[in-house]
Amino acid sequence: MKETSGGIGTAMLRKEDPKLLTGENKFVDDIHVNGELWMGMVRCTSAHAKIVSIDTSGAEAMPGVHSVYTGKQLADMELWAAPLPCAWPVTEDMLNPPHWPVAVDTARHVGEIVAVVLADSRYQAADAVEHVVVEYDYQKAVASIAAARDSDDKAHLELDTNKAFHWELIPDPDALAAAFENPAHHVIADFTQQRLIPAAMEPRGVLAVPSPMGGEITLYSATQVPHILKVMIAATTGLPEQKLRIIAPSVGGGFGAKLNVNPDEILAVTLANRLGRAVRWTETRTEAAGSTHQGRGQLQHIEIAADENGKIQGVRAHLDADMGAYMMLITPGVPLLGSFLYTGVYDVPAFGFSCDGYFTNLTPTDAYRGAGRPEASYAIERAIDILAGKVGIGPDEIRRRNYINGGELFEDHEAASTLIFDSGHYAPNLDKALEIAKYEELKAEQARRRESGAGKQLGIGMCTYVEICGLAPSRALGGLNYGAGGWEHATVRMLPTGKVEVVSGSTPHGQGHETAWSQIIATKMGVSSDDVTVLHSDTALSPLGLDTYGSRSLAVGGVAISMAAEKVIEKAKLIAAHQFEASPDDLEFVDGSFSVKGTPAKSVHIQELGFAAFTAHDLPDGMEPNLQEQVSFDPPNFAFPFGTHVAVVEIDEVTGGVELIDYIAVDDCGVQVNPMIVEGQLHGGIVQGAAQALWEIAIYDDDGNPTNPSFMDYLVPSAAEVPFMKTDYTVTPSTSNPLGVKGAGEAGTIGSAAAVMNAVVDALSPYGVEDMDMPATPRRVWKAMQGGAS
Amino acid sequence: MEVSMTVNGSARSADVEPRTLLVHHLREELELTGTNVGCDTSSCGACTVHIDGRSVKSCTMLAVQAEGAAITTIEGLADTARANGSSTGEMDWHPMQEAFQQCHALQCGYCTPGMVMAATSLLGEKPNPTETEVREGLEGNLCRCTGYHNIVKAVLSTTGGAS
Ligand code: FES
Ligand code: FES
Repeated sequence: MKETSGGIGTAMLRKEDPKLLTGENKFVDDIHVNGELWMGMVRCTSAHAKIVSIDTSGAEAMPGVHSVYTGKQLADMELWAAPLPCAWPVTEDMLNPPHWPVAVDTARHVGEIVAVVLADSRYQAADAVEHVVVEYDYQKAVASIAAARDSDDKAHLELDTNKAFHWELIPDPDALAAAFENPAHHVIADFTQQRLIPAAMEPRGVLAVPSPMGGEITLYSATQVPHILKVMIAATTGLPEQKLRIIAPSVGGGFGAKLNVNPDEILAVTLANRLGRAVRWTETRTEAAGSTHQGRGQLQHIEIAADENGKIQGVRAHLDADMGAYMMLITPGVPLLGSFLYTGVYDVPAFGFSCDGYFTNLTPTDAYRGAGRPEASYAIERAIDILAGKVGIGPDEIRRRNYINGGELFEDHEAASTLIFDSGHYAPNLDKALEIAKYEELKAEQARRRESGAGKQLGIGMCTYVEICGLAPSRALGGLNYGAGGWEHATVRMLPTGKVEVVSGSTPHGQGHETAWSQIIATKMGVSSDDVTVLHSDTALSPLGLDTYGSRSLAVGGVAISMAAEKVIEKAKLIAAHQFEASPDDLEFVDGSFSVKGTPAKSVHIQELGFAAFTAHDLPDGMEPNLQEQVSFDPPNFAFPFGTHVAVVEIDEVTGGVELIDYIAVDDCGVQVNPMIVEGQLHGGIVQGAAQALWEIAIYDDDGNPTNPSFMDYLVPSAAEVPFMKTDYTVTPSTSNPLGVKGAGEAGTIGSAAAVMNAVVDALSPYGVEDMDMPATPRRVWKAMQGGAS
Repeated sequence: MEVSMTVNGSARSADVEPRTLLVHHLREELELTGTNVGCDTSSCGACTVHIDGRSVKSCTMLAVQAEGAAITTIEGLADTARANGSSTGEMDWHPMQEAFQQCHALQCGYCTPGMVMAATSLLGEKPNPTETEVREGLEGNLCRCTGYHNIVKAVLSTTGGAS
């Protein structure tokens, strides 16, 4: 049996679990109010079409149908004041054509909404959608990044280019050019980051409820970002921000796909406000391919210049990135989040990065677990394996030769990308992973199989990643032209009865914040974690916050909680000193109790002081009643977790089937609050990244039609496809925050795609295979074994 | 159409449209929202319930096809275990619910009700499964959060076969 309460470092069971294990919790689709209307979305069935006419009469005549609105009608109703927002215009001249919640004249991807039905029930809304007749004038679709870059077709007919922006980061162009002048070894590699469907198991959904008496609207949304949503809905619709309340109830996974401002959210709020009735919608899984943004979608070009020993002299990378049809909340910023990581964990003297963002007639892209960083890690970690091959040394040795500070402990290292890495200690982390993997034995087994022609080839791949998390120092975000800050807010209050209420601005959707935040309070304040309740995910309870994404919750939000707790302790200390008639400087605070140094017999517990602060009968002169403090923590720097992942695959020479047979991950996310939760995050992340390497791809035909939008064809792995994973840790505290924590939410995904593909390519190296596109399907692998090329 | 069934031990009758899916009937008419919907192609298993003791994806059948059936949903699982004396732990839950918490086999919890129902039914058919049998037995239930590691561990732990 595990602990049910505890402080920092305890693998404590989660407080969230009982409700989730008994069906008591509420996801959006579980919540109903009287008189609610169901939205049904009429979605464009073509990737690019002008809307000639829409006949809604058939749908309007159907039972239970309240009304049907076309995009034109909605525009005329003036429900919104601005298009859907993009908060990250990465350059001043970035193209950002308007993205309306419902298309008015032209639809630019399959799934874009062209009309909305409102009906009394889910089924009636779905029926009515089928009876809206839309006449289209079909246009040529731009169905891939290559087409966007190379063809004359335009994703937006009114633009004369598909290129939305060019962004670059070349801190020292001369040094970069010098590094690439006649290098002893020159790696030139191109990789494709295929589009992925995030596929959180809970589909997105909304329920907007107008208050009958006033102008207030409550929006329940399956979102990671209620606070950001509130600001953005106010800005987009013109509704007064203080009249909006956003609630993210139980949210069934997000992975970035629930951090947007979506057409359905705007529609639900504005229609509920206009009609005075509750309005709801839940996407179907197949619909989600067009109604929820997708991830990745990049063509990567990377080059490494190295000396004869494999010591890297320079790295340069260029991306062509698929924005999809429109810029959503942070669409153009996703590749930039990765830009700083194309140097990986290596000491790279010269660095350059550039990115062109292109519009296509496909579902918009945006953040997906890792957001830019798994892509970066993939490119450098695949490329360094290629460099190892050129130099003629092993993948472990090439890494050792290039680690920052020779693999020894460092703090506050300035990378060529201009970022300051908080802390790292790479060599022992690699050693530990190779030891757990029994690397030498694996290599021997591989050699044995190669010799004997065993039928199943073994592949061993590694990835030593670093990632940027703890998003983000507000100033750094400002420097990147991002439209918001990166702080997090927390309030800690000691209630009169000695219980602690924590209000957090970060918004969990599976991460276990209630548990972890309670643990931080337990350690800081010396109370039982059972005495702590965490309020979150409701802008009325938690008015200030910047939510959950980018592995930021602990490194920013958790730190804010810890700091607010310290402020509560400081105030409580003044009350205790007053009661003891002693100077606060003479007091010590141990395990929740204040006592005068040297006389521990006389003490008062902080939980007893809640009542004194509440009655305020006898507080120090001038002190305000109540024991409550708040902190907005703006981190001085990002945090940089790192780790070594080793993947072992078996490839069937007859079928080309790849089986992931073992996976070893030694991660360093700094200090851990709840190791059980950290491990769970890694497991999930690893499988998500391995899924990109082996199974998942959103496939579009040449006309921009999604060919595998449902779970029938989009291969989210099941338990049968993956092995038990071996996880372990090193601990290098972060210097970016007082808790020394880094972040673990995305690490698994950032390490695993590269580790798995390095293993696949390693297995196929006897066949002369040097690279392979993801996912490594049996067909691709088999063909590569026949012809060498992928 | 009138349809009657026993749900979590209580007789429940309702007038439903013939095309109503069982999962929507359970969730919307009977207000048992613990059973979730994760897809529209019978692929994810979030909707798994027990019908006459066997696990069924409740999105694959109509409510009217469950006429006369005895259905257990996640809300009724612990009661069922209590009734037959197999409940465990402080929470007095079904051993599988207990194991899921102990092994941290859930994160967002969306797949969890279906996963727990599928796992209990798997053990009903195969009381001492191997790791491979657990993995293959749960193939119809998708989870995006856990990587399945702790789910498989939880299921094996209830049979004494935990790693
Ligand atoms: S909802 Fe029934 S299998 Fe997905
Ligand atoms: S716990 Fe989130 S889908 Fe399984």
